[in-house]
Amino acid sequence: MTRQFLLDGQPVPFEDGQSILEAARQAGHYIPSLCWHKDFPAHGSCKLCIVKAAGRHVSACATPAREGWEVESNTPEMNGERRGLLQMLFVEGNHFCPSCEKSGNCELQALGYEYEMLSPRFRHFYPERPVDASHPDVLLDFNRCIFCELCVRASRDVDGKAVFALTGRGIDKHLVVNAESGRLADTDFSKDDLAAHICPVGVILHKGPGFAVPIGERDYDRESIRQKKLRDEEASS
Amino acid sequence: MHTQPPAALDSILHQHGHQPTELLQILIDAQALEGWLPAPTLTDIARALQLPRARVEGVAGFYSFLHTRPAGRYRVLFSDNITDRMLGNAELMDALCRKLWIEPGKLSEDGLVSIATTSCTGLCDQGPAMLVNGRAISQLTHRRINEIAELIRQQRPLDAWPTEYFHIDDNIRRRDTLLSLTMKPGEALAAAIARGRDGWLAEMQASNLRGRGGAGFATAVKWASARNAAGDTKVIVCNADEGEPGTFKDRVLLNSFADLVFEGMTLAAWAVGASEGFLYLRGEYQYLRPQLEAVLARRRAAQLLGADVLGQTGFDFDIRIHLGAGAYVCGEESALIESLEGKRGTPRIRPPFPVTHGYLGRPTVVNNVETLAKTCLIALHGGEAFAATGTAQSAGTKLLSISGDCAAPGIYEYPFGVSIARVLEDCGASDTQAVQVGGASGMCLAAYEFQRRIAYEDVPTAGAFMIFDGTRDLFEVARSFVHFFAHESCGFCTPCRVGTALLKGFMDKLADGHGAQADLADIDWLDRLLKNASHCGLGSAAPNPVIDTLQKFRPAYERRLVSLDFEPAFDLDAALAEARQLTTRDDPGAHLQTHEEDTP
Ligand SMILES: Cc1cc2nc3c(=O)[nH]c(=O)nc-3n(C[C@H](O)[C@H](O)[C@H](O)COP(=O)(O)O)c2cc1C
Ligand code: SF4
Ligand code: SF4
Ligand code: FES
Repeated sequence: MTRQFLLDGQPVPFEDGQSILEAARQAGHYIPSLCWHKDFPAHGSCKLCIVKAAGRHVSACATPAREGWEVESNTPEMNGERRGLLQMLFVEGNHFCPSCEKSGNCELQALGYEYEMLSPRFRHFYPERPVDASHPDVLLDFNRCIFCELCVRASRDVDGKAVFALTGRGIDKHLVVNAESGRLADTDFSKDDLAAHICPVGVILHKGPGFAVPIGERDYDRESIRQKKLRDEEASS
Repeated sequence: MHTQPPAALDSILHQHGHQPTELLQILIDAQALEGWLPAPTLTDIARALQLPRARVEGVAGFYSFLHTRPAGRYRVLFSDNITDRMLGNAELMDALCRKLWIEPGKLSEDGLVSIATTSCTGLCDQGPAMLVNGRAISQLTHRRINEIAELIRQQRPLDAWPTEYFHIDDNIRRRDTLLSLTMKPGEALAAAIARGRDGWLAEMQASNLRGRGGAGFATAVKWASARNAAGDTKVIVCNADEGEPGTFKDRVLLNSFADLVFEGMTLAAWAVGASEGFLYLRGEYQYLRPQLEAVLARRRAAQLLGADVLGQTGFDFDIRIHLGAGAYVCGEESALIESLEGKRGTPRIRPPFPVTHGYLGRPTVVNNVETLAKTCLIALHGGEAFAATGTAQSAGTKLLSISGDCAAPGIYEYPFGVSIARVLEDCGASDTQAVQVGGASGMCLAAYEFQRRIAYEDVPTAGAFMIFDGTRDLFEVARSFVHFFAHESCGFCTPCRVGTALLKGFMDKLADGHGAQADLADIDWLDRLLKNASHCGLGSAAPNPVIDTLQKFRPAYERRLVSLDFEPAFDLDAALAEARQLTTRDDPGAHLQTHEEDTP
């Protein structure tokens, strides 16, 4: 007998140990995410996947599904909290979407559209985060980092290099690279690393073919992040 | 090309066995060499431990007491709890800065001294307090500040400063069963061993002892889970991070009752079958370390630690002390474990819980200092006797750390169930407007609630009890706590990292006289999101002081609002002052109309 929980009233089957988010996506239901990646253990930091399970707020990516649970996700309350979290991520960094190379392919921007974020709501922090253009193939624009640590994890666990790490604390937390000089060029980073291709926003950018795909024809210009993520899930299963 | 690390650093690395788990301890020791951690030092440490340099930099950047920039030969940190503020720490800091010709937060030009603030140092009953190069000095006065300025100017080494500066009082004002216990080291342990592991755990179950660190979890249940968890090496951790503003009872237990604490850890090890023990000591209390090491050495010599404890074949248990370095979040048990492993103190995803996967993946019990000390009473007098005191759901006594507006601040031990009013009377408080119970993350109680009782089922507390009389401004109290949480957020999760910074911005906007009704709505909204969406207890407790004071002392907020709708955080007209000065204009055309309601 397969076990199941209810997601917004609809039954979702799950296997032992599967998270609410994984089970939902597998069954064709979208719960948003930023720091979650199917090839890595859950990180639980962005909180975009927040749902209400048995009356409590939990991260869907990091919470194992339980038999009989009633989970609320696509409700005005949860979507309102997600919009608030997106607004926080936008004001915390420096996101000038119109001039960003990642525009149209950026998950943060796509989620902003998906959750109808019409204004930043809060005051901007305007942090000072100088870009690192030292590397011949890759540019780091820290202004847009959302601290999902996907580059950290990919470089450490897959590429075997540990090029990236976080330092600082609280609102002063920031990304550093593995070199005393602080320059990417002085690490063993390569444009072919998984870490070079995993950033969900516009921090890790490949030099050369700028704006190769015109804005308007990019991933999230053609379909919503909801549609794309569900299609990716289907293709990978 | 790579050179050997300098000899002094090399010997530190050797002392710590080149273990990556010792990274934080190594950084603390390495910093003592020059007062900060220069970039090449981090590179040397990374290489010696075979860790990525970025990881070492990540850890060094996490802890407040580690400096990756020069911080001076004298590093002065004023404790900045609200109780220190009430005792005038700001004026004292100002005076010291003026005498030494420096700005707060900046290094003096000659590289001699820096002066800044730090979160509560746990000396609220004898504040204002400071740390100089990590050593605590309490009872600051203008006279003492003058002397300190002179000592720094003369570059007198800390060891040559008057010893009475470093004297810290216990200030025990009321003793109940724990603080009046006189026990020979080993007595409780012998009693528990005589009962056998099962018998001892059964006594613990009968005692109904609940954790004194805040959450109130049943101690016997935690121990039984760790005992039943798979894994050969099990770990007992004593949580002496005591970072909650206003709390200092663990400091007193460690200073004068260390044998009870270590015996409690050994009692836990006996129940659980653990072989490894850690005392996680907050950096602010590092001055206690030598005497604690001496107690541990004595206990080893008396066969109360080490191999075959008290002659029990196979009962091997020892305790090591790990220092923290200025991070409140490391009191959260899974962040504490990360820190013990030499990492950034970021709370883990739970489940799995530490009792099954803790330190290095081993089953780990984390208990508060007071919880562990109390287990000695249970071993000596039995679980039933313990359960018979206190209230139905809160057995035994509780140590309160009392500070703020009262005649006799200090440590008070009461059976659970004592009313707030009774405590206020005993410590000589009068005209009390509010009491903050449980620290910044606890509850703010107004006068109409003073008949409530200290107990898990009514007013739970980890021990802080800060008193505010009628002259105090509860908005400023809440604002200081909001600053504390923003400073201490580990930054892992979005709601707390950004939310505490935003909340701080709103509180400052109100304090600066730019608040509007719309801000109160945004504050409400932020409070809810922090509570709901945060990854750990720090973020979910961060709005508590605001929620409570907004509800109970709303006029303190409303007094500060300039308008009933929206008001920008800055004053446009004031921003033009410089331009007016430069153009020597002051006519009406050079001013902006910013307050609609000002115009008739
Ligand atoms: C932000 C935060 C800080 C904490 N600080 C402490 C602390 O300083 N000391 C402590 O004993 N528990 C602290 N706790 C609670 C611990 O996570 C844990 O519950 C406690 O150490 C368990 O011990 P007990 O069961 O004996 O109370 C803190 C929790 C949070 C969320
Ligand atoms: S650089 Fe990109 S992948 Fe790395 S932490 Fe920042 S947002 Fe995530
Ligand atoms: S709630 Fe705050 S302290 Fe806790 S994990 Fe999130 S950012 Fe860190
Ligand atoms: S996707 Fe779950 S917390 Fe980021």
